Amino acid sequence: MKSLVILGAGTSGTMMASHLSKKLNKEWEIILVDKDEVHYYQPGFLFIPFDMYKEKDVVKCKPDLLPKSVHYIPSKIDRILPEENKVLLEDRVLNYDILIIATGCQIAPEEVEGMKGPLWHKDIFDFYTFQGAVALRDKLRTWKGGKLVIHITEMPIKCPVAPLEFAFLADDYFKKRKMRNKVEIYYVTPLSGAFTKPVSSEKLGYLLKEKGIKMVTDFAIERVDNENKKIIDYGDREVDFDLLVTVPTNMGDECIARSGMGDDLNFVPTDPHTLQSKEYENVFVIGDATDIPASKAGSVAHFEAEILTENILRYIEGKELLPAFDGHANCFIESGNGKALLIDFNYNVEPVEGKFPIPGLGPLALLKESKLNHWGKLAFRWIYWNMLLKGIPIPFVSATMSEKGKKLN
Amino acid sequence: MEKVLAGQTVQVDQEGYLIDPNQWNEEIARAIAAEEGIELTPRHMAVVKWIRETALSGKPLSIRTVKKSGVVDIKEFYQLFPGGPLKLSTKIAGVSKPKSCL
Ligand SMILES: Cc1cc2nc3c(=O)[nH]c(=O)nc-3n(C[C@H](O)[C@H](O)[C@H](O)COP(=O)(O)OP(=O)(O)OC[C@H]3O[C@@H](n4cnc5c(N)ncnc54)[C@H](O)[C@@H]3O)c2cc1C
Repeated sequence: MKSLVILGAGTSGTMMASHLSKKLNKEWEIILVDKDEVHYYQPGFLFIPFDMYKEKDVVKCKPDLLPKSVHYIPSKIDRILPEENKVLLEDRVLNYDILIIATGCQIAPEEVEGMKGPLWHKDIFDFYTFQGAVALRDKLRTWKGGKLVIHITEMPIKCPVAPLEFAFLADDYFKKRKMRNKVEIYYVTPLSGAFTKPVSSEKLGYLLKEKGIKMVTDFAIERVDNENKKIIDYGDREVDFDLLVTVPTNMGDECIARSGMGDDLNFVPTDPHTLQSKEYENVFVIGDATDIPASKAGSVAHFEAEILTENILRYIEGKELLPAFDGHANCFIESGNGKALLIDFNYNVEPVEGKFPIPGLGPLALLKESKLNHWGKLAFRWIYWNMLLKGIPIPFVSATMSEKGKKLN
Repeated sequence: MEKVLAGQTVQVDQEGYLIDPNQWNEEIARAIAAEEGIELTPRHMAVVKWIRETALSGKPLSIRTVKKSGVVDIKEFYQLFPGGPLKLSTKIAGVSKPKSCL
């Protein structure tokens, strides 16, 4: 019996188990390892602080989401020994013929001095964890207003548009609660703006003005001053806050560092087109765990999974891998007021206007606010549980990006 | 669009970043820097060259990578390129600024 081991049963690991259980013959055993029983629908964390989703909307039990033929091991992964084709778990050793790393990434607030200090989850919150999103919801329910600072520590982060969506939804939330005049909203980013690509900044710049969101750009945080409630950057600029909602540094799991397989942020060096590890032929990497310059998003992992499945079959047959992954990403962006935007892009083509998924017809509009896009974002949860995780392709949407129906220059 | 920098015609985007990094040379770097009110010293140039090499090799540029570079510490990086050091140093280095997906 040969063994294919998948590390991590999040979005990517579950999808790979679904795909491969249908494709691999009986000679192969598929083993999946994860430390937690709960599968979180992370895109739903955005809605929890605003009471739009409840806790139960974003959780399911991991083993229930897996095909029966997959052998699930609930355990912490200690480290990989890639030279020996072994994975050390807490109380046993797994041997593998093929390894798929799908351990994702998570927040590391301890990377910034003072961030996880006395005010953590009191006046300083994240919404990238279930606990953070719930704690922030409880805070907002009774908050009387003041200066809300929405902040990104450093890039890359998963779902890079989530903080901007948070700002838009916050504007909406305070308007609905008739207290928008009591709240100042600031958006603080290490980048040169909320929109950094030419077409987006031209088409979407109005959103910030319309919603009265103030920008602080090129802000590289050095530390958080808990006593005076300030964030301070390396250039000694200061932004004071009453309520800080930050996206801390995002890092790959510690097990990658322990295995000596990651970069500074524990991301695994990966071929951006084949998804094979750059160092080990029989190791593949998918989703947020890679260092590839694609967005860290569930939709990206979905496209990667289709291509990686094909490449693993090729690898088993001794064929050359297809350099097929083009960085395709497809993301809904909540813009508040019951509307959303949709963007579709890849390594080479920035988000532009057009129609999606059917060129010319849509029905979804790209890079434009619409109510239909908002319904699309809400429907994404159903699609996630029932199609994405099960490895069912979405009609009309291919793994590689289509240039048809797009206003390209 | 076209622009003349240090007597040479180059292609730049709306924000004045070179579109083709191969059109870069040190005189052009000086001209871009001058437009940003910076006079390039040998220290600036050492940092600009590191930024350029890193960006062209496809590695991400962030304050973290600069911090680990060994070429410059963050306080000096801010002194050399006041305001937005990554935005300014990439522009002078003839490469694109760090971007998000939007
Ligand atoms: C607030 C927020 C909003 C988002 N919005 C969107 C959106 O609108 N659209 C979209 O497409 N994407 C969105 N995303 C991103 C999306 O959720 C992730 O990109 C996706 O879940 C990545 O999947 P993954 O399998 O690579 O990682 P994960 O799903 O995070 O899975 C990693 C798994 O590995 C396990 N693991 C890690 N280390 C170990 C270890 N040492 N031992 C055992 N197990 C381990 C973890 O327990 C986890 O189950 C959002 C994310 C956040 C946080």
